[in-house]
Amino acid sequence: MGVFDPIIELSRGLGETLRSFLTEKTVTYQYPEEKRPVRPRFRGRHVLKRYDNGLEKCIGCSLCAAACPADAIFVEASENTNEKRFSPGERYASTYEINMLRCIYCGFCEDACPTEAIVLGDNYELSFTSREQAIYGKDMLLEPVASESMLTPRKVDAGVFTRSVPEMKDSTD
Amino acid sequence: MSKQVTLTINGKQVIAPEGLSVADAAKMAGIDIPVFCHHPKLEPVGMCRMCLVEIGRPVRDRATGQFVMENGQPKVQFMPKLETACTNKVEDGMVVLTESARATDGQRGTVEFLLTSHPLDCPVCDKGGECPLQNLTMAHGPGKSRFNYDEKQHLAKMVPLGELIYLDRERCIQCARCIRFQDEVAGEAVLGFDERGRHTQIISVSEPGFDSVFSGNTTDICPVGALTTVDFRFGARPWELKAESSICTQCPVGCNTTLNTRREAKADGEVVVKRVMPRQNEEVNEIWLCDKGRFAYHYTEGKERLTRPMVRKEEKLVRASWDNAIKAAAEKLTANKKDFVALASGRLSTEDLFNLKSLADTVGGEAILYSDMGGGELTQVVGVGAGTNLGKMGKGDAILVVASDLYEEAPIWWLRIKQAADRGAALIVANPRQTKLDRFAKYKIHYAYGDEIKTIHDFQKKSRIADEFAKAKNAVIFYGSEGLGVNGTSALASACADLLKETGHIGGANNGLIGVWQRANDQGAFEVGFRPVADLEKALKGKAVYIVGADPAGDDPNYARALKSAKFVAVQDIRETATTEIADVVFPAQAFTERDGTFVSGERRVQRFYAAVPPKGDSKPDYAITCMLAKQMGVILQGTSAAVVFEILAHSVEAFNELTHETLAQVREQWPIVGRSDLYYGGATYENTRGMGVQLVPLAQAGGSVKIQKVRKEAALRPKEKELLAVPSNKLYDRGVTVQTAEFLDGRIGGLYVSLNPATAKKFGVEAGQVVKISFDGAGGEAVVKIDETIATGVALIPRGMGIAIHEPAIAKLGGKVKS
Ligand code: SF4
Ligand code: SF4
Ligand code: SF4
Ligand code: SF4
Ligand code: FES
Repeated sequence: MGVFDPIIELSRGLGETLRSFLTEKTVTYQYPEEKRPVRPRFRGRHVLKRYDNGLEKCIGCSLCAAACPADAIFVEASENTNEKRFSPGERYASTYEINMLRCIYCGFCEDACPTEAIVLGDNYELSFTSREQAIYGKDMLLEPVASESMLTPRKVDAGVFTRSVPEMKDSTD
Repeated sequence: MSKQVTLTINGKQVIAPEGLSVADAAKMAGIDIPVFCHHPKLEPVGMCRMCLVEIGRPVRDRATGQFVMENGQPKVQFMPKLETACTNKVEDGMVVLTESARATDGQRGTVEFLLTSHPLDCPVCDKGGECPLQNLTMAHGPGKSRFNYDEKQHLAKMVPLGELIYLDRERCIQCARCIRFQDEVAGEAVLGFDERGRHTQIISVSEPGFDSVFSGNTTDICPVGALTTVDFRFGARPWELKAESSICTQCPVGCNTTLNTRREAKADGEVVVKRVMPRQNEEVNEIWLCDKGRFAYHYTEGKERLTRPMVRKEEKLVRASWDNAIKAAAEKLTANKKDFVALASGRLSTEDLFNLKSLADTVGGEAILYSDMGGGELTQVVGVGAGTNLGKMGKGDAILVVASDLYEEAPIWWLRIKQAADRGAALIVANPRQTKLDRFAKYKIHYAYGDEIKTIHDFQKKSRIADEFAKAKNAVIFYGSEGLGVNGTSALASACADLLKETGHIGGANNGLIGVWQRANDQGAFEVGFRPVADLEKALKGKAVYIVGADPAGDDPNYARALKSAKFVAVQDIRETATTEIADVVFPAQAFTERDGTFVSGERRVQRFYAAVPPKGDSKPDYAITCMLAKQMGVILQGTSAAVVFEILAHSVEAFNELTHETLAQVREQWPIVGRSDLYYGGATYENTRGMGVQLVPLAQAGGSVKIQKVRKEAALRPKEKELLAVPSNKLYDRGVTVQTAEFLDGRIGGLYVSLNPATAKKFGVEAGQVVKISFDGAGGEAVVKIDETIATGVALIPRGMGIAIHEPAIAKLGGKVKS
């Protein structure tokens, strides 16, 4: 090995650095000022979805809680009336809680839900300063609405929202 | 024993009693044939076609009647089509295939048909998770349907069949289990089918809707979520519930129950009872419960529950520590030892009552049972023998019911006696008025109020009824407190005991006397030595009273007055009552759902109940509070656990000899099979895993000498021209502490009324619906007039526990002055 070999190797390396500095695109994100979009199947903090008319999709069936391997979900149901309607059909979740400290973001709840109400969203920026805060209730989970008139509960006409689970359009779906 | 037949099911040799259906025989042998309409307690109808199987029968030679042999085996010929296992009875040599390709194809097809119009709203259905339709679809159904979704029927979803039961018309699969339960088991045909074909629907044909106290049972055996209870509506999913065994506290039948509990946000995060379910005990309640037992449990909840001890300071009750409260009470009670009275009701467990009685005995005080009914010392002697099972009574046996409206007082006894009558037992109903049991009676005796004893004495004269009773293989007498107080019932009990002794119906299983007590554990109270008194007002006046589990002040203003003049009043209860309001010291007790203990049923069966939910606040079990108080008074009792108290009790009370909490927890195999994995077969009733109880041996059975004291009969009251005879009767849903709080029962509880014969009403110039004042013995109140033709003239029937205090018959006036 010659005396100059290390110097040659070093300048080769530096040369590569210089080349990529000059020719390649930057991949670093300036988080948190700049956020990287998540992949389509990313599983982040849950959202409780609404129908287009603002009614809650969740019908308080507890199937998500049953499916959850971490026992992170607690659901308690109550009865809808046309004067105070939360969701279509007879039943809605009067209490819906997810303990974000327990959740392992597996997405089983999403799979179990018969109305596609609970969906794991994009948000991964969860922070809390106590265990109690880690329990997200309906107030945190429910999707915001576009206008006041779409808020739940609300008064509706009788005989319109009679089905809890949307009718299956295509049986092979 | 009936003849046994041998058949082969799926290649397994099965021996079954003749007359059994193939479906039942298979179940007994551990082979599951899917069923929807078939239920082991109901007659088969073959409506749902779910149990399709292949059945082959051996060919017989027409001339000789012998089996035709083929290769040394009887030749078996299969029917060309599938048959229903529920309607075919087992036969010798039968070959049944339940899992053959043809059979499973048939079963799969049936499920596919059943689902053509099912809404599939399992996610919101209260049955989801314990639903036979779900389970059998998973096990036997096709994965896919070939039917058109557009042709699904859409029917009404939330149809109230009464105040207690909702019907979902879409979910019903027309199995008729509910209808058949009401017709065959309950004997109240209040449900029926309307329309036909795909439009067939369940309707209630009674007014008010679903007019039966057994309605809740239909929700257990309905194989889908078509029938659900108002109480549990959307309460929780079945798999989220914990289950603990308990005993119903509402009447002396002592039905075995399971309490389903869950932590609930609506209850501020507390663990609460979500529903009461029947627990199988074929010797007590089989797999049924009455609606009172199922729905009236809410009294253990609510903000009226006492959670902290209280002591009266300057006219006001203020919170105190246990120490201070116990000290305050002990001091006063010790100072007034001579006048110590312990007043307790049969709402308490046997352990509680035993500790109380021990305390009263040691300090030389009195232990009084809070009840209008006596005679418990006789049921200890000539009560029904160990081994009694009403479900085994039938042809050749006799049952006499006297002075009791069992439908209102002990519904499950009513149901089982009706069943015994269906099996051929001679039912004799002796009552002063018509009751619902009359319909099933072989003999009805309607006597005049006051003639109870005479009616029983008449059994000693020659008559067809007396003869049949005397000659019966086994005979049981149920006596109650309709129209009678403590003295009247004691005299009646003695007359009944006498009759049983004369006719030789004592000392054996299914023979003896049963008291239709007013509370669940009155029999237990008698066992440990409590006795009721005829004049409680007098017994309380000027005494130092320790009241446990009773609300005398709320029941009777006279008692309230007596207590106000008492030297000292300590009250121990689970809820705020009129009595706790006038107490000097209040101790908060735990409800039966929060602790363990035992009750003794009217049939003298000692049964255990277990703690299902955590105790409220600072409350303690009654036996422990009594123990603490006793200690402060210088009396050493046990109070660490119910089991320890029971052990001492079993040593000191003869009849409980050798019993321990462990022996009470033993179970035996039962038929029909019920339970979680057999939901589809026997219904949602829970399997009994924590004790079927032990029946105490009455003295007559233990070989003791039976002496029955004659109780002097009081002269019957004779009302004068302008007067009425006011008599008490017992009502299922009353305004008592244990019922009131279930709001959805309000309709069934109703208001205070007084029933009169139309002629009597006319004579006094009153009409139905009118409010009248009725007064007797300085008591009374205002009530709505109800006209009832089945009541004798000159009688005013007043229900107990509805607002007018009536303990025994009294001469009454309409419109008289009422002290308040
Ligand atoms: S993502 Fe998984 S762990 Fe989290 S709540 Fe849903 S089911 Fe439970
Ligand atoms: S989120 Fe979906 S699965 Fe969970 S309770 Fe609501 S409807 Fe049921
Ligand atoms: S309501 Fe239930 S029990 Fe009655 S017929 Fe329908 S499915 Fe059967
Ligand atoms: S019959 Fe009596 S013990 Fe049985 S459930 Fe009804 S009230 Fe309770
Ligand atoms: S036809 Fe046999 S179970 Fe219904």
